[in-house]
Amino acid sequence: MKITRADVEHVAKLARLELTDEEAATFTGQMDAILAYVDKLNELDTAGIVPTAHAVPMENSFREDVATPSIGIDNALANAPSRVEGFFRVPKVIE
Amino acid sequence: MKFQAVIGLEVHVQLLTNSKIFCGCSTKFGAAPNSQTCPVCLGLPGALPVLNKKVVEYAIRAGLATNHSIAPRSVFARKNYFYPDLPKGYQISQYELPICINGHLDIEVEGEAKRIGITRIHMEEDAGKLVHADIPGVGDDSCVDLNRACTPLLEVVSEPDLRSADEAVAYLKKLHQIVVYLGICDGNMEEGSFRCDANVSVMPVGSATFGTRAEIKNVNSFKFVKQAIEYEIERQIELIEEGGKVVQETRLFDPNSGTTRSMRGKEEAHDYRYFPDPDLVPLVISDDWVEDVRLSLPELPAARLQRYQAELGLPFYDAEVLTATRELADYFEACLSRYPQAKPVANWVMGEVTRGLNDSGLAITACPVTPDLLAELLKLIDTGTISNKIAKTVFEEMWQTGKAPAAIVEEKGLVQVSDTGEIERLIDEILAANQGQVEEFRGGKEKVFGFFVGQVMRASKGKANPAVVNDLLLTKLKG
Repeated sequence: MKITRADVEHVAKLARLELTDEEAATFTGQMDAILAYVDKLNELDTAGIVPTAHAVPMENSFREDVATPSIGIDNALANAPSRVEGFFRVPKVIE
Repeated sequence: MKFQAVIGLEVHVQLLTNSKIFCGCSTKFGAAPNSQTCPVCLGLPGALPVLNKKVVEYAIRAGLATNHSIAPRSVFARKNYFYPDLPKGYQISQYELPICINGHLDIEVEGEAKRIGITRIHMEEDAGKLVHADIPGVGDDSCVDLNRACTPLLEVVSEPDLRSADEAVAYLKKLHQIVVYLGICDGNMEEGSFRCDANVSVMPVGSATFGTRAEIKNVNSFKFVKQAIEYEIERQIELIEEGGKVVQETRLFDPNSGTTRSMRGKEEAHDYRYFPDPDLVPLVISDDWVEDVRLSLPELPAARLQRYQAELGLPFYDAEVLTATRELADYFEACLSRYPQAKPVANWVMGEVTRGLNDSGLAITACPVTPDLLAELLKLIDTGTISNKIAKTVFEEMWQTGKAPAAIVEEKGLVQVSDTGEIERLIDEILAANQGQVEEFRGGKEKVFGFFVGQVMRASKGKANPAVVNDLLLTKLKG
């Protein structure tokens, strides 16, 4: 798969990253190289092999449905850049 | 050109658990903003989600009740997008491997049965809430409350099998009834416990390919679903007939105007870049687990409806009304176990009880006339102690005071008069006072009979036994 500059710009936009022309060019080359490296895997025949979602062979880690104490409003808001009363305060979002 | 609408629904069902899906914070509604949060649901770095087992059990329940296969292995995935109510920058959901697949529901619209396919049900976490609070100094800024973040949801995705707003509403009502019956959702649409997005498109009748669809959000009542879909179908048809083109977009329903409008600027956000969530291990569900849940399922409305007709001999209408909610059906059956005659019990539950609930705004579970008391009342009618008519008076008194019917009958002197001597005396008086009508009757105008019955009942203050009144009146009038 060939990574194009348009791909990089699209992904950057989705991630809310602003790239300079120079950076976009650099990343296009780097990402293309990374994918080319991973592309090596396509040389293997993986038909009939279940996709691996996790490297650790573990399943079914549960907790019981019991409510436990929360950390409190002030702790929850301790890292908020801006707060008002018990809320996080953010710039208006237009829908 | 004639057009045909094609509709698919995505329904979000909020689960009735004590704690959130991936952390132990409480899910109670109405708590102070951000008081039910922790590092997991705040999306703080390093915090790890752990799956609430109850959520899985509820998902299996929902899946079985809507004829799904339960996937032996399913996986959680991250759905990536930015929004201020989504602290992690992604929502944990399921994508390629959901927990329930290939289900269906049978609906009926205008007497016609139809099977609606359900593609899948998956588990996911809810986002927080953006509040535009009226707090001094906040100005145009938004406030974020993350109490709802991480609340467990099921998303139920139908096939595009629905062809009208009425079919969509029928499907939605059926699904709503089932999740409430299952006890996994409180069904409160206003508080958002059961919410619906509708995908609507139109195509020329007979066409093999669907038109471009619009997704309508924010429809939080059955009435609005109908309105929103009908409006959207009209809008798309008009647009096409004027030579325009429907664009794929998200539209917001406005309940005030009954219209939908475009939510601009979200187009590119639809690239969610799903990938398996490395923080959550795969979910493996054994056949034994599925069977355990199957055995624990309550009798579902469709089965109950069937049984009420086949075993209790009730008409379809009665069976449908009585099984509308689990609580009402439970009440009916509790009465029936104490007074085993289905039709009279059904009449009272659908009549006086329902009327009382409507007038008072009470739920059936808070009905002041308990099944025990209602059964006692019906027994008093059976033994001839009171007439059906007096029973209604007694019922009202029971509703107000919660007293036992026998006590009320005693207290108010409502015992039915079956004593022929006393009734005869009343009849003689009335016949004497209404000689004109007596002549009419004897002259062949038999309709006057009802007039006499009414007079006698009134004179006895409703306490005369109607059967005895009828007999005596006939004898006297004919004699």
